[in-house]
Formats: sequence, structure tokens, C-alpha cells
Amino acid sequence: MDYISNILFAILLIVGVGFFVKNIKRLSRNIKLGKDVKVDDNKSLRWKNMAKIALGQTKMVVRPVAGFLHIIVYAGFIIINIEVFEIIIDGLFGTHRVLSFLGSFYNVLIGSFEILALLVIVSVVIFWIRRNVIKIKRFVKPEMEGWPKNDGNLILYIELLLMTLFLVMNAADYQLQLLDTPHYTKAGAFPISQFITSIFGDMSVSSLIIIERATWWLHIAGILFFLNYLYYSKHLHILLAFPNTYYGSVKPKGQFTNLDAVTKEVKLMMDPNADPFAAPAEDAPIPEKFGASDVQDLNWVQLLNAYSCTECGRCTSSCPANLTGKKLSPRKIMMDTRDRLEEVGKNIDANNGVFKDDGKQLLGDYISSEELWACTSCNACVEECPISIDPLSIIIDMRRYLVMEQSAAPTELNNMMSNIENNGAPWPYNQMDRLNWVKE
Amino acid sequence: MSDQLKVPTMEQFMAEGKQPEILFWVGSAGSFDDRAKKITKAFVKILNKANVDFAVLGTEESCTGDVAKRAGNEFLFQMQAVMNIELLNGYEIKKIVTCDPHSYNCLKNEYPGLGGTYEVIHHTQFIQELIKNGRLTIEGNAFNGKRITFHDPCYLGRANNEYDAPRALLNTIKADVVEMKRSKSTALCCGAGGAQMFKEPEKGDKDINVLRTEDALKTSPNIIATGCPYCNTMMTDGIKSKEKEESIKVKDIAELIAESENL
Repeated sequence: MDYISNILFAILLIVGVGFFVKNIKRLSRNIKLGKDVKVDDNKSLRWKNMAKIALGQTKMVVRPVAGFLHIIVYAGFIIINIEVFEIIIDGLFGTHRVLSFLGSFYNVLIGSFEILALLVIVSVVIFWIRRNVIKIKRFVKPEMEGWPKNDGNLILYIELLLMTLFLVMNAADYQLQLLDTPHYTKAGAFPISQFITSIFGDMSVSSLIIIERATWWLHIAGILFFLNYLYYSKHLHILLAFPNTYYGSVKPKGQFTNLDAVTKEVKLMMDPNADPFAAPAEDAPIPEKFGASDVQDLNWVQLLNAYSCTECGRCTSSCPANLTGKKLSPRKIMMDTRDRLEEVGKNIDANNGVFKDDGKQLLGDYISSEELWACTSCNACVEECPISIDPLSIIIDMRRYLVMEQSAAPTELNNMMSNIENNGAPWPYNQMDRLNWVKE
Repeated sequence: MSDQLKVPTMEQFMAEGKQPEILFWVGSAGSFDDRAKKITKAFVKILNKANVDFAVLGTEESCTGDVAKRAGNEFLFQMQAVMNIELLNGYEIKKIVTCDPHSYNCLKNEYPGLGGTYEVIHHTQFIQELIKNGRLTIEGNAFNGKRITFHDPCYLGRANNEYDAPRALLNTIKADVVEMKRSKSTALCCGAGGAQMFKEPEKGDKDINVLRTEDALKTSPNIIATGCPYCNTMMTDGIKSKEKEESIKVKDIAELIAESENL
């Protein structure tokens, strides 16, 4: 027996999976750069949300065309992975179609994989047309220029290639089975690939074996490549949608967090026994920064959100500011957060595990205050996201920094706020006139 | 037809050693904005008609701090909240009703974390309750068959999942309720939220309230109904910009109920 291919396969598998694990470690390290946040509550509701939203795709189908096609690709992805299991065993042990002992059930499996593969190809082609021919608005916004656009297409090409390789592999295998080739167990049903066997013509058995082996290797190598491509693309959602929907907010959407750091200050101000002139104790901790100007000021769920975003743009297409031509795009908020987080992560890697100030930050270098001030806090983006991403919370955290650390609110808002401070209303009316409407 | 409005204050209740059934949180817009004051009065007429034992804080009421919070001024918000909570807890308030979804959201969701826990309801929910309990009967026909479209306020709808109460009330006045394409959870904001009410919009190619008004106009309505004083202002301005103010009215649900019953 010739063990070289088995050894090669084992090496390929170890390298592929090893590299993936390395990237996952980097991903988790970067996410943990965020602040801690309490998410250990409402466990059963959280599991329910994950089952419904991530597994059940309930929010995808709100837009029926994209939702339906997505479910096909999603089902294809999950189910065809059973085939990968067989490929791995065959590759490691030199067997061929090791699961064929399942008999007629195996035929059903292979047959349904083929049908799914075809449906995936059709869906992927429609997706490509939506992005590149029809140019659906949300796919051609300014933040999608360059890499994000290419990334989207590349994912479609890889999926198309993987499905095609799978079908050609089966076709060659089927032809070899028909020719009673030894080692090619007669097993499986080939409802789709049987129609492409004609492309082989009168090809010899050895040529067919070359095609079958080549597509087999390319298929598994392609899968391992795709697995490792995830970290560099917007496609991480296939993994992160699950934790993201679990850790997503379980509170009413209108409820914003009350900043604890501020509560401490307010309590101190309201305390009649506090000495307003007291110098802080020698060992007093540095007061916490209010709001967020960089990714480390956000909490880790917000950073997980950024890695989970697939850049589908449903948020942006429903954002009232974006719909009326303002710069704000909730999708861009998520993309910027991720880009900056990646930059910070690389900085840490390059400086022996410590972040070295690079003179940049999320605010200003990535997200402008013009974008932040255009938000109406209407929650349309949060409602739209198919995997519970919350761009609004990042916008508000950054506004908090602008207002409380930099006093950089637009002038009209400063007027409004001083009115509240002085007379308890956003307008310059006297509090003593609050009941005048009764007599008017 | 209305007599003098009966608007007792908490101070008066306290002096008499009594506790009202509910506290009506009027809010800054409801107290000072000329358009919003009409909504406040319409709601009081309904409360008077249904003999609801209510009180207002009057000159003791202060801004909830909601708009400061949305603008990013958490400090000012918490200062306002802590002062209001002290007052509300001092009066032992249990139940609050308000015509402003922003106050509603803030009091209901954000005050508990700072020590102020109350049952907070929106006026459309409260009126619906009054009708359900037989305390208020709707007999008027003024809006029978009128095409009315309801613009969902973000802080009532998406923020707190209340879509039914306002629509149920429109049905009780026998209106022909027509939905905009973007409605309920996909409703478009009027453009006032997140402190936008108090500033000029950023550079763009259209104002949000105009876009939302266009959504409403597509339903060919007689009336655009709202449940928020800020939405009301934005939609009214939108209708004016389309020069439709003669043919299409923007009304709060409370005003429609009050008009329907000739209050």
C-alpha cells in the first residue's frame, strides 16, 4: 500500500486546522480587548434567541428573496459538511466512500447533497447577479468600494467552485463505478452529476481517476482554504452569528445603559456630606473615561458584533439618516470598528503583546463626528440586523465621549443641554410656568 | 364645550393626605410646546371625562433627561433622573402615564436602574384600558370611514414593542386605518429622535420628516395620526412642506378620541 497520500492528507489537515485555530485565538484575544459586560442573565431567553435567530434564520426571511436563497446556501453549507466528514476519514485511512455501508440511506444522503449543491450554485449565481448586475443599492454604498466588494464576490466564487468540484468529483466517480473500476465502490445516488458524465466522453479509466482524485483533493483543500479565509473576510458570521445572537441584548431596544462611572459621580455630587474641595486620595484610581473614542473603550460584545457583521447592509438600507443622503451608515460603523480592532491587534502582535500608541483612534480616524450626530437613535438598524448586531450602542458610546470628555456637541445641542441644566426643560422656559397650559 | 380643565397637582393631593390613581407625566413638550399643549389638554379632557383620579407634578416636574442621554450627556441625564426619582419616590408614585414615548421609554426602562421603579404606560395604552374597563365609552361618528394612517413613534414601537394600542383606538373611532408600507417594526423615524429635534440635520439630500411624510401621503390619508409630540411636529412640518396642510391634518390619537367624543 502507498501511504504517501494519507500522510500528505494528514499534513494538509493539520496545517489547515492549525492555522484556523491560530486565527481563532487571535480573534478571541482581540474581542477580549473590549471592556467586560454583564451577559450572564436571562440564559433561557438567550438560548431561545440563538435558536430562533441564528439557527432558525427568522430575521433573514423578513426580506423573502434574499432570505430564501440564504436558507438554501445555509442548509447546503451545514448538510454538505457531512460529506466532509467522510472525506476526512477516506483521506486519512485510504478508504473510499467509507460511509457507503449505510446502504440506501447513503444513496439518499449523496443524492440530497447533489440536489443541495445545485440549489446552492443557483442561489450563489443569483446573489452574484444581485451584487454585480442589478447592483441592489445596499451593495454599492461608498463603504463597499474596494476590498469589501471583492470580498463579497470572492466568497461567491469560492462557494461556486466548491460546489462545482463536488459535482464533477461525483460525476467522475459515478462513471468509474459504471466502468467497474476496482476500489470505486458502487454506492451513492447521483441525480445531478449523472447529467455531466457526458463531458468525459470516451475518457480512459486512468484519466477519469485523475479527474476524480484531482477534484477530490481540490474540494477538501478548498474547504480548508475557505475555513482559513473566514478570518480575513466578512464571512465570519457563519460561526459568530451563534454567539452573537446569544449575547445580543435581551432588554427593550429603547433602553440605553446607565453609565456606572457617571452614577458614582452623580451620587457624590448629591451627597451633602461630601467635601467638594477634597483632594483625591493618593491611591485613588484614575477616573474612568466616559464613553468611547477607541475600540478598547467599547465592551467585548460590541467588538464581537464587529467581527460578526456580514456587511449585508440591511441596517444601512433602513437608516433614516442614510436614506436621506447623510454620511451615517450603521454598516460602516461596524466595519470601521472591526478595521480599527484589527489594526490594534496587529499593533499588539508587532510590539510583543503590548499596544503601542499609534496616534490613531476609532473616533476621527475612522468614524467622523458628522456621522455620529446624524443618528436619530430610532433603532431601525438594530431591528433590521439578522444576527442581533447593535450599531446604535456604539454610536451612543461615542457621542458620550464627544459630549462628556470633549464638550464637542453641536452648538444647538449645547444650548438645549444648558436649558435643561438651568430651567429643567430643553427650551428656555421657566420651570414655574410648567402648569400655565391649564389656564391658556 | 369643555368646562374648565380639572388638573390637580400632587402637592394638592399630598395636602389632603390622598394618593391619586395615576400620575400624569406631562413632559417638557407637553408643558411648553404650543402644538403639544393641545395634545396634553385633549388627554386631560379624556381623563376628566372618565373621572380618572389623576395628578400632575406641575411646577415640580422637570425634564426626564431623556434627550440629554440620547445626545450623549449621561451626566446631565442622571442628574435629572436622580432629582426626579427623589420627587417621585417622595410622593410614593406607583403608576405613571405620559403622552410622550420618549419620557415613557426613559421612565419605564432607564429610571429603575437609578432607583425609580414605577408602572409606566403610554397614553394610548391607558385610554385603551379605560375603554376596556368600561370607564370610557366611544360613541362618536366624526371619523367614521375617514382614512387615517398611524405613524409609529420609534420609542413606542421598535423601542418598546407597542404597536396595537394606537391602532385599536383608531378602530374604536371607526376610522379606516390604512398602513404605510414602512409600518410597525419597519416604520421610518420622523427625524426628531436622538436629540435631532433640537439641532439642524447633517448635510444630506432630503429631510427625514419629508421622506416620512411622502410615505404617509402614499396612503392618501385624511388624517395622519401620531402618538408622540415630536413626531407630530415633524409630520406637521412635512405636510406643510408638501403644501397639504389644508387637506391633511396631523393629530395625536388623544386629540382624535377627544374630538370624536366632542370633549
